[in-house]
Amino acid sequence: MRVTIRVTVNGDERTAEVEPRDLLVHTLRDELGLTGTHVGCDTSSCGACTVHLDGEAVKSCTVLSVQADGHAVTTIEGLSGADGELHPLQTGFWEQHGLQCGFCTPGMIMAAADLLARNANPTEEEIRHGLEGNLCRCTGYHNIVKAVQQAAAVQAPEEVRA
Amino acid sequence: MIPEGFDYVRPASLDDAISALVDGGEDAKPLAGGHSLLPLMKLRFSAPSILVDLQGLPGLSGIQRENGTLRVGALTRHAELQEAGLGVISETAHKIADQQVRNRGTIGGSLAHGDPASDLPTLLLALDGSVTVQGPDGQRVIEAADLFEDYMSTSLRHGEILTEVRLPALEGFGGAYEKFTRRAEDWAMVGALAVVQGSDGVVSDVRVGLTHMASTPLRASAVEEALRGKPLDAESIAAAAEHAAEGTNPPPDGNATADYKRHLARVMTRRALTRAAGI
Amino acid sequence: MSSVGTSLKRKEDPRMITGRGNYTDDMTLPGMLHAEFVRSSEAHARITNIDISAAAARPGIIGVFTGEDLADVVAAMPMAWVPPGIEVNTPERWPLVKGEVNHVGDAIALVVGRSRGEVVDAAADVIVDYDPLPAVTDPESALEPGSPLVHEELGTNRSHEWSLGGGDVDAGFAAADVVVERRVVNHRVSGAPIEPRSAIADYRAGELTLWSSTQVPHFVRLFMSIVLGTSEDKVRVVAPDVGGGFGAKLQFCAEEVMVSWASRRLGRPVKWTETRSDHMATCHHGRDQVAYVRMGATREGKITALHVKIIADFGAYFGMLTPTIPSLGAFVMTGVYDIPAVKTDIVGVFTNKCMTDAIRGAGRPEATHMIEVCIDQLAAELDIDRLDLRRRNFIAADSFPHEVAYGIVYDSGNYEGTLARLLEHFDYEEFRAEQARLREQGVYRGIGFSTYTEICGLAPSRVTGPEGFGLQTGLWESAVVRVHPSGAVTVFTGTSGHGQGHDTVFAQLAADKLGVSPEVVEVVHGDTGTGPMGLGTYGSRSMAVGGESIARAADRVAEKCKEIVAHQLEAAPEDIEVADGTFRVRGTEKGMALAEISGIAHVRPELLPEGMEPALEEHAFYDPENFVFPFGAHACEVEVDVETGKVQVTRYLAVDDCGNPLNPMLIDGQVHGGITHGIGQAIYEQIRYDDAGQLVTGSLVDYALPTAAEVPSFVTDRTVTPSPVNSLGVKGIGEAGTIASSAAVVNAVIDALRPLGVGYMNMPCTPLRVWTAIQEAQR
Repeated sequence: MRVTIRVTVNGDERTAEVEPRDLLVHTLRDELGLTGTHVGCDTSSCGACTVHLDGEAVKSCTVLSVQADGHAVTTIEGLSGADGELHPLQTGFWEQHGLQCGFCTPGMIMAAADLLARNANPTEEEIRHGLEGNLCRCTGYHNIVKAVQQAAAVQAPEEVRA
Repeated sequence: MIPEGFDYVRPASLDDAISALVDGGEDAKPLAGGHSLLPLMKLRFSAPSILVDLQGLPGLSGIQRENGTLRVGALTRHAELQEAGLGVISETAHKIADQQVRNRGTIGGSLAHGDPASDLPTLLLALDGSVTVQGPDGQRVIEAADLFEDYMSTSLRHGEILTEVRLPALEGFGGAYEKFTRRAEDWAMVGALAVVQGSDGVVSDVRVGLTHMASTPLRASAVEEALRGKPLDAESIAAAAEHAAEGTNPPPDGNATADYKRHLARVMTRRALTRAAGI
Repeated sequence: MSSVGTSLKRKEDPRMITGRGNYTDDMTLPGMLHAEFVRSSEAHARITNIDISAAAARPGIIGVFTGEDLADVVAAMPMAWVPPGIEVNTPERWPLVKGEVNHVGDAIALVVGRSRGEVVDAAADVIVDYDPLPAVTDPESALEPGSPLVHEELGTNRSHEWSLGGGDVDAGFAAADVVVERRVVNHRVSGAPIEPRSAIADYRAGELTLWSSTQVPHFVRLFMSIVLGTSEDKVRVVAPDVGGGFGAKLQFCAEEVMVSWASRRLGRPVKWTETRSDHMATCHHGRDQVAYVRMGATREGKITALHVKIIADFGAYFGMLTPTIPSLGAFVMTGVYDIPAVKTDIVGVFTNKCMTDAIRGAGRPEATHMIEVCIDQLAAELDIDRLDLRRRNFIAADSFPHEVAYGIVYDSGNYEGTLARLLEHFDYEEFRAEQARLREQGVYRGIGFSTYTEICGLAPSRVTGPEGFGLQTGLWESAVVRVHPSGAVTVFTGTSGHGQGHDTVFAQLAADKLGVSPEVVEVVHGDTGTGPMGLGTYGSRSMAVGGESIARAADRVAEKCKEIVAHQLEAAPEDIEVADGTFRVRGTEKGMALAEISGIAHVRPELLPEGMEPALEEHAFYDPENFVFPFGAHACEVEVDVETGKVQVTRYLAVDDCGNPLNPMLIDGQVHGGITHGIGQAIYEQIRYDDAGQLVTGSLVDYALPTAAEVPSFVTDRTVTPSPVNSLGVKGIGEAGTIASSAAVVNAVIDALRPLGVGYMNMPCTPLRVWTAIQEAQR
């Protein structure tokens, strides 16, 4: 069985022909060429595949592409402005050395965007718990927390949600 | 990582959804947020022949308060419960997995899945809630005590769809959910959910539910009995919590022996009761 | 202005924070096929039949292959250690098994087809018949007479024995008033980079290109040419962006061989990307050593002798370096202490588990954990404060370079200095008072310390090579510094970064030498088709060996620039200095920028000094004279919920010394990650098999990597004791945090629990284990 789906991806309406079993992350990466969203596990544990579905962070390895039919997806490629201006979280991760190998980073940033949308001024503990669905093996999270704090400090809450 | 192949439909009405499940046979499964089912399918522990996506069904989402009862649509996501300001209900929802999971997982899906390690079944059981289901033979209400039959097995029949969850609002109760995990995002090793009502310093009503202490969620009836009518103080709570492991049959795993889980049940129960009582 | 020493923001980040990184699995080649392995469900069995017919008949399947098809794989998987005078039993390992599986996950067949979904479906249809054999998973049981043998043909589960020592150990123990004996278990862990391994092979017109998520592209090329029976010039290996390694990608993988072989056989590109389940079951694990430690000391707290017997569980096979790992620890078995007599006896053991090999620290975390836990045990035995006992045994700061008892020479150190700096950030007395107050309220906090050194910067080849330690390769490093006609610079390095920030710090290094901004310096690594051969990134070697190579090549370019400038401006080359972005005649305003110099070298070579070659490019190969020995002092505070046994790290402080800091931000980042890795092992992470050899921690649900919620923010600081080994004065820092931290955590847990009678425990300090330890102590 193959199904044609329509998904608004980073503001553009896209269509893809998928099998029902295709996961959203695979459609994004393999069909739509958006390889910034990564796969790090097979148990919905690591969060590397985090994207926004209708404005909220989800693990795109645990969403069927057919479930996203008719919905809007934002990936890391769509987070910066049309003019290429970096999102405050992207700037925060860069300036605070919030990434090393960079593999968890897109998912981490998308999860952090959801966190700031829910809580514009999180405490350190709230940031740490807010990112509990995203694993990083490189940074020890220290600078990720600082990156999110920096973004929170410069960003008005309504602008945070992509 | 890649599920076995299956067919997919997204019906627009409850009747169509029920028909699709009936027509699809035993291996047809309803799909809500997918956060219980899809992880099993990815590891090929589950291989449905057809998924009936419920997202197109009208009126299955949202929270309404009606005569002391909360009516929660089955497709209401954990994130909505988490932010609804509903005391122990919101606290429990907030303690499920991580935010991404809470943004997708639904209360109906979680309850229908019936995993004894998950949190909402304990909530439903502890609060004496019920679920409404619709099937080929019409609508029926299943009380929490009758819903969870065995490990990941509920009394929903094939073709039935869980449409609504009813939870008593429990005005005047204090509540708390103590979930013991190794890491923040983990499944409960053991959880204890307590709601307590005091009247003139005496426990007038108390309910305690336990997570992951058997193949289904459990009520810690012995604790409730031991505490009802007793002074609402630390001493009574501590004494009552000692009964928490009675009647349990905790499944051991690499992180916990059965004895350790029984011990944890007593500790978590005492802590949940203490916090619920505001002590 | 100097860039070195500043925390320059990373050059690699803009692509990574915008989703424009390029990891192996991100790539798709025209006509590319996908590969999936059929893996053993048994820990130990003979294979009686493999039925591929149903799988081969499935739609989209191009080929299904088993070990019998590998006639043109001309050599078994290599192991790179032949220690002089030591016999090592080495089991044969092929990319697909031939007749017998020896651990769960052993690769039995390869399925190649059009799409990922189709090959996964087909792999499930390959039917393997097993004749089960008894399995052994515990290394000490495996050494017992009558144990099942992992490899019948070897006649034993013992791979080898290896000893290292110095000084008179018997006399040392005879002089001891107290001997502390402990069994220190360093359990099995997974490297678990967040990017799973991935490889794409494209064999066309007799040449193979392999993109792989690896730390060691040059090793992979060399070994691939051997195994496939071709020459290196026909093999190009590229490591694109690599999503973390931690040693897990310091390997020559059977899967890399198989996709390359399949591409050669089928004439199309073939991609393989492992699932996390595959990674947990089949990517080499680390640690898994049991150490029986005897530490002798006088009543006054002077350590007189140390004897350690290590039983190292290698799993079923050898990877590239497997049997060397415990030996690396033996080199620093005495840690930061002046111990006159030491002996380490290593016994290597095969079991029916995945092989072990280098994981972040590779032998040194085990050694450091052992000595730092045991010195706390000795302090308790002697009733001497733990820090005082350490100070009484520190190698004195004025005695470097310092030769330790078994002949290794520590390059530089100041152990008192890092500990003193640590205590500037942490008031020990105040903590003790607070600890006592809290205990009265039922709150159990503990503090643990770890004062460590480690051996890194691998090289030097004369020590590590065939006549020395026995590695069958040199461990030098290479660099090319190329100045383009415009003055832009490309640096080629033989190291292969995977998150460390090489693009940035190597650019800083070269930029300063050449009087330009790091922005115009591009660093190229991880591609055997570009620069010269190099040895890769592991063993905290990239700066101390690779960085020094770059410095030397850049110095040579700068020398040539000075000659050109001197010639142009009619000055002496020795009067030319690099200042304010120009090569300037000292004491004058006269000078030339690199772009001008390069323009002459490329466009107007007739203006060069007589006999000088045109263009501006130099290379260097560097093989250091010695290792480097970073060191430091760490402190960990934990709070233990003594009712449940749950441990939370509440504070962590680290003072490290890696010589001159070239980019302090990157150093801090390495330390943060390293600490968390060690906390992970100390409390959360453990690879476990059941007695039948089934892996019970096969996913990230069961294998508990710490999340942000499990660790605090860290306090980090540095002292600077330059290494005399290299011109940069640098030491490695990539592994230091991991090497130091597990002992600090465990010591803290024990410190918290002493009032409850728990005087010793092994990690991981899981809730169950801590609770059990308390119960047993209270009994």
